[in-house]
Amino acid sequence: MNNQGRPTGLAEGSDSAVPQTVTGNRGLQIEEPLIFEQDSVGRCGVDLPEVPAVASRLGAVKPRGRIGLPGLAEPQVVRHYTRLSQKNYAIDSGLYPLGSCTMKHNPRLNEKMARLPGFADVHPLQPESTVQGALELMAELGRWLATLTGMAAVTLAPAAGAHGEMCGIMAIRSAHDAKGDKGRTKILVPESAHGTNPATAAACGYAVEAIPATEDGRVDLEALKAKLGPDVAGLMLTNPNTCGLFERDIITIAEAVHAAGAYFYCDGANFNAIVGRVRPADLGIDVMHINLHKTFSTPHGGGGPGSGPVVFAESLAPFVPVPYVVQDKDGAFRLVEQAGDGPAFGRMKAFHGQMGMFVRALAYMMSHGADGLRQVANDAVLNANYLLARLQDVMTPSFEGPCMHECLFDDRFLKGTGVTTLDIAKALIDEGFHPMTMYFPLVVHGALLIEPTETESKASLDQFVTALRALAERAKSGDVAYFQGAPRLTPRRRLDETAAARKPVLRWSPAVEPEKVAAE
Amino acid sequence: MRYLPLTEADRRSMLEAIGVPSVDELFRDVPEAARLSGPIEGLSNHMGELEVDRALSAMAGKNLPAGSVPSFLGAGAYRHHIPATVDHLVQRGEFLTAYTPYQPEVSQGTLQVLFEFQTQVSLLTGMDVANASMYDGATACAEAVMMANRVTRRKKAVLSGGLHPHYRDTTTTDARFIGFETVVMPPAPTGGEDLLAAVDGDTSCVVVQNPDVFGHVRDYTELGKACQAKGALLIVVVTEAVSLGLLTPPGDMGADIVAAEGQSLGNALNFGGPYVGLFAVKEKLVRQMPGRLCGQTVDADGRRGFVLTLSTREQHIRREKATSNICTNSGLCALAFSIHLSLLGEEGFTRLAEINHAKAVQLADKLAAVTGVEIVNDSFFNEFTVKLPKPAAEVVEALAQRGILGGVPASRLFGGGLDDLLIVAATETNTESDMDAFATALAEVL
Repeated sequence: MNNQGRPTGLAEGSDSAVPQTVTGNRGLQIEEPLIFEQDSVGRCGVDLPEVPAVASRLGAVKPRGRIGLPGLAEPQVVRHYTRLSQKNYAIDSGLYPLGSCTMKHNPRLNEKMARLPGFADVHPLQPESTVQGALELMAELGRWLATLTGMAAVTLAPAAGAHGEMCGIMAIRSAHDAKGDKGRTKILVPESAHGTNPATAAACGYAVEAIPATEDGRVDLEALKAKLGPDVAGLMLTNPNTCGLFERDIITIAEAVHAAGAYFYCDGANFNAIVGRVRPADLGIDVMHINLHKTFSTPHGGGGPGSGPVVFAESLAPFVPVPYVVQDKDGAFRLVEQAGDGPAFGRMKAFHGQMGMFVRALAYMMSHGADGLRQVANDAVLNANYLLARLQDVMTPSFEGPCMHECLFDDRFLKGTGVTTLDIAKALIDEGFHPMTMYFPLVVHGALLIEPTETESKASLDQFVTALRALAERAKSGDVAYFQGAPRLTPRRRLDETAAARKPVLRWSPAVEPEKVAAE
Repeated sequence: MRYLPLTEADRRSMLEAIGVPSVDELFRDVPEAARLSGPIEGLSNHMGELEVDRALSAMAGKNLPAGSVPSFLGAGAYRHHIPATVDHLVQRGEFLTAYTPYQPEVSQGTLQVLFEFQTQVSLLTGMDVANASMYDGATACAEAVMMANRVTRRKKAVLSGGLHPHYRDTTTTDARFIGFETVVMPPAPTGGEDLLAAVDGDTSCVVVQNPDVFGHVRDYTELGKACQAKGALLIVVVTEAVSLGLLTPPGDMGADIVAAEGQSLGNALNFGGPYVGLFAVKEKLVRQMPGRLCGQTVDADGRRGFVLTLSTREQHIRREKATSNICTNSGLCALAFSIHLSLLGEEGFTRLAEINHAKAVQLADKLAAVTGVEIVNDSFFNEFTVKLPKPAAEVVEALAQRGILGGVPASRLFGGGLDDLLIVAATETNTESDMDAFATALAEVL
């Protein structure tokens, strides 16, 4: 391998289906070196004025030497990132059925609105009189969330779903503390929960106890009841759950949790399945986060940013963190930025939350409206059940009955074929689809969790079904080599993740230290 | 509805394929008592693009964009010029609408960006390795303290009075619920605090900021050595990433962990978010780091490629034993940071830092000439504190009435006290006439 990441020649008998080229490029798939390998000292992609001549006031610190950044002109930078972008699968390019991640269409109107100077170019510490529209938007978004969930209070502060979980658990802790109830040291978390749930509970100082799942993919109610006691602070449950199923017994669960003096936290990552059809407050939930980037479509941006507002029932409404927006009698909006001596607890991040995400989410809500959001849930659920129905004879659904917005299969249909869930995923890539979520939830073996979302057409689902059916049948025919060689048509073939972890290379380093270059 | 592709005919044929008479049948697991039938009271019905644009533009119109007036606000968020190229590239659908790169073969774009981002952050901070971003600077700071607790197996953090109060509050909130102790030094706007006196055998870390919240530029080299001698880690916080173009990098001062805010590069003010938390550590601490990491590897043909790595630290593998519960990062904001820094390059970034400093020096001189105004700092980068003969909050309000965003009253950050102090920032976006207008208006309102 040379510096440019180009092959020095494919191995004898390589499985690659495409011919070797001189440049290493493959038509529109162009090899792109690291930006540090395109350096030319002195080039700059920004025109900056001369530095005004003034006497330095930096104090006693010594100014730094060469940093080691590369120099490129604007067209080179544009080409670098454009080429890199072309190596990404995205929801704009095709179906992205990652269960539990909710990859739906990102309307560009939302982007346009978030870039209005009145939202994008406003400093978080401007006088309140100059940001009344921004505060109004936060209040309005909070009102939509409270109405859709039936809840009493909202905080917009958390920066992501897992951050919202933390906020919710902190509120639960605050409520127990306020009652002087110090003996509650445990949080119950079902086995099927997102990894963030146990991590959050543990990070907040709680012991985590797992609740097993039943044969039909739900929380084992009897096991749950057996664990409930005066040492339990709360239950963290995802609903619809990570098996794509609605927890039928949820009202009974809520009653049992409350009877034990504990609080009921709901992971709202899957709220898109029920928005407009079920209000979480009516299920007995005390506190729940909502992933704006999932249910209300803000771009996932290659991993973030997210936004995880939290809604609180009356039971926990006093325990919201700062900051939050209030409206005075004269109609003016005001930010409460300090926790003070009340039950409201401290701060979760700098400033007021992910404003750019708030604008996008509200634009999406207003575009769909109260009537359309109900249709969103209907279509998301319909699409998932359609996939379940069309695939159930060639793959193995993990549970019976209708699913919610995502359908779950396991690897029983691959038994004895030598083909794994991972192989199926990699073969799907060659067919032009991003794979589904694999090996999650952990409650079934070799899971394949498929979430189409409401923004897929029937034609795109049918194409996906055709591809998956063909792959399932090919696996059953015993063509193991085909699967193990996949993917063949991607910018890179299977990557060695073990090697990456064994001897981590986490940054580029110059072959020669810059100081030495300068000294020459 | 323009975002929903299914037609009524599609829905009918799909229900038929499923074998149910209506979509309601698919919701049959929902308890009858909790099903919503009629419309949702109080929310509007769907709107067309034009109507949404109009409604949100009206709200945006009630705000005063910082760029439309002379603006001197900083204190953790800075208005810099963002080249048009940055937002254009960030909006490419392949970046904007991609997810966490779980399938590396079709995510090499995002992965290479993250690898380059990690390298850039390492270079700027003078540290060995960086992660692929945190939510923001304040959460990065809190995570840094939690990490120090894990590494040292000690449970007490000493926080400088020069640390941004939002960072302090984010950290102390976590401390309260997670169960560690914090010693918070009182704010020292004119400098001088004895952090070492607060360090004992139970101290996991000392958290300082450079430049600090009042703008002072500090050399923490000696503190770093002293911390090391006492077995505590030095955490250096940076809220203005552009300062790293001119000042001694934290790594060279002996920092063990750097927690910084990256908003200044490529990311708009956005009324406070989304921003991008930078997090960098010494090599030996890599496996204790929170958040995502991208690593270099090879593919089946031996070609260089990138993957998410060391995920055995993370929540999706380790669950309650994870180093952190963080899952989402600030991928797109990190991309914007990376593009802006790539455009600037070595020469541009250094010069940008120099311009920022020079602008602040010019502003300080102009404000110092106003009767009753006193510059508190003996050193600063692009932000400093002025002492006023009146409460700063009143002055800021009066300046806003005159169309000038004149800084951040210290009392707003600290929740009271320090009433006469105003924190003022200048960047490359401020012209001389902006500064003159500020000085003139300040003289009028005092």
